[in-house]
Amino acid sequence: MSGERILVNGNHAAAYGVRLARPMVVPVYPITPQTPIVEKISEFQAEGQMEVELVTAESEHSAMSACITASLTGVRVFTATASQGLMLMHEMLHYASGARAPIVMVNVNRTIGSPWGFWPDQTDSLAQRDTGWIQYYCESGQESLDTILQAFRVAEKVLLPAMVVHEAFYVSHSLEVVEVPAQELADQFLPPFTPPHRLDPEIKESWGNTVNQDMFYRHRKTLGEAMDNALAAAKEADADYRALVGRGYGIIEEYRCDNPEIIIATMGSMTGTAREAVDELRAEGLAVGLLKVKLFRPFPLKDVRRALTGVPKVVVLDRNFAPGTGGFLHQEMKAALYGMSDGPEVHGYLAGVGGTNIPPAKIKDMVREALAEKAAAEPVWKG
Amino acid sequence: MGYYNIQEEKVFNSGHAACPGCSEALAIRYIINTLGPDSIGVVPPSCIAIISGPQPLSSMRMPVYQTTLEASAASATGISRALKAKGNDHTNVVVIAGDGGTYDIGFQSLSSAAERNEDFIYVCLDNEGYMNTGAQKSSSTPYLAYTTSTPSGKPTPKKNLAEIMAAHRIPYVATATTGYPEDLARKVARAKELKGTGLRFILVLTPCLDGWGVADHAGPKTSRLAVETGVFPLYEVEYGERYTLNFGSKGTPVQAYLSQQSRYKHLRPEQIQEIQSQVDANWERLRERFSVP
Repeated sequence: MSGERILVNGNHAAAYGVRLARPMVVPVYPITPQTPIVEKISEFQAEGQMEVELVTAESEHSAMSACITASLTGVRVFTATASQGLMLMHEMLHYASGARAPIVMVNVNRTIGSPWGFWPDQTDSLAQRDTGWIQYYCESGQESLDTILQAFRVAEKVLLPAMVVHEAFYVSHSLEVVEVPAQELADQFLPPFTPPHRLDPEIKESWGNTVNQDMFYRHRKTLGEAMDNALAAAKEADADYRALVGRGYGIIEEYRCDNPEIIIATMGSMTGTAREAVDELRAEGLAVGLLKVKLFRPFPLKDVRRALTGVPKVVVLDRNFAPGTGGFLHQEMKAALYGMSDGPEVHGYLAGVGGTNIPPAKIKDMVREALAEKAAAEPVWKG
Repeated sequence: MGYYNIQEEKVFNSGHAACPGCSEALAIRYIINTLGPDSIGVVPPSCIAIISGPQPLSSMRMPVYQTTLEASAASATGISRALKAKGNDHTNVVVIAGDGGTYDIGFQSLSSAAERNEDFIYVCLDNEGYMNTGAQKSSSTPYLAYTTSTPSGKPTPKKNLAEIMAAHRIPYVATATTGYPEDLARKVARAKELKGTGLRFILVLTPCLDGWGVADHAGPKTSRLAVETGVFPLYEVEYGERYTLNFGSKGTPVQAYLSQQSRYKHLRPEQIQEIQSQVDANWERLRERFSVP
């Protein structure tokens, strides 16, 4: 049962992934550079290729509000957004995880105003890291397509919403050949969503009522446990998907990490560029590896620590920026590695913030610099 | 069957957390007991959320989803579309929201749901202010009324939400109030009957004893005076065009209504006259709608 190979951009690839997942309700609101995803889904529906209730909401806030209740009514739900749209949803992102609604959403990373820009920068989704959403970072349309199916499986298992993220233009609007798995395989991987708890007059369960302190405490603790369980669920979903479809990604990826002097750690489209830089540096005789953090929430702490045990240095490349602290992945890595007796020295480079171009040559320079210098506690701006 | 000739199914129960004599509890009773148990409620932060009950208690024998203040209509949309996707054509979806959550912060999502003509009932229990947070002004607060955020009286008139909703040309818009329970229950029954046609909107004036400064036993009387003075006429609009008057002004001077409420006690005689003139003008303007053949 081999899939169909088509030439599409990253956003349309994501839309094919959504079609395979068979969501029944898709609230939509346009925003560059996400719009081609919901356009394609609308097209699928108009052509009868998808049976779905499309809600053309008046804002991302309303789109997410409708996602939550549709999900709680017991149907599979998808939406997509970017940048300002994600910012407007912020309140409802917390509400979605609190309500334990397993929505899957694609966020296309784009700079947040002010000033206006349309450029690839991961700050929008990374700033939502504490909202209780599972987060996957993808480097290609193929990966986004495959990850959407995995995200539904994980979200519906642990009852938490999941965000599948790829970057503006580098991924969203770049054409690539994508293999679309057969619908039968997708159905086998992702059975229909039939939650035992739902908004249903037959059951009469309510959602969101006021609770006391102890109940709130228990609720947060349970939410945390669900997030912890997402780690194993994500590994399992990826392994099953690999067995069924023939492609898998892991929750982290270690590329040429045999006996390295230094490892580059990064996320999203930067990993593709870094892979090239690693190949070139290896060819030049330098022992360099790449650690791709694909699953960012829950943070794969144990896997990252294992991957970096005994490695002298890690250079973290962040295409995102939190004023006052620095790169998000840099912060997370320092926290994850703290206290290891044989952990690496951590260099944090802000590279590509605002969507500036980071070619392989620049990454090679940064690797050489990190090898030659002692790591600074602060992040370093690298263009 | 109670004091009035109203058919009720017991969905709303005693033991709820409303103030003694609260008009909203009365409104909720006639709304959800008319809709029946095959219903799903959406309630934003408001007195209705308090009346609905804290976890694990509920005063309503139906599922209730408590949403955020601005999202009621969008939340109801999600439920309504999911039911449709599942092939359920019988369950009522009903929003019961306050005026702050409807006229103000929730208006954007309500207007959009009306434009899309989503299939649910939206009831606004209008007590003309943010009463649950201690009586602040909303865009429903009437001209010159005292609230804690308009201590000298509100300088602008009440937003005319019924007309705004009628302008969306949705299948059904009605105004009602708790002093006329049979009329209220009939309108809810009508909205229920129209399931499948789209958005049905009912604006229910519910005097707030505490926020308006009304005696504990005077809620229904104040409500009736709002109608008899022409301050709040009761009418229905189908598809934005067909207007039906149910109860209008009896020519009772507006002072009879204002004097029931301490939120108007600071008014000077000329201010009362100014309100009278505005009420008369609004009533005349509305009457033209009913004269269309």
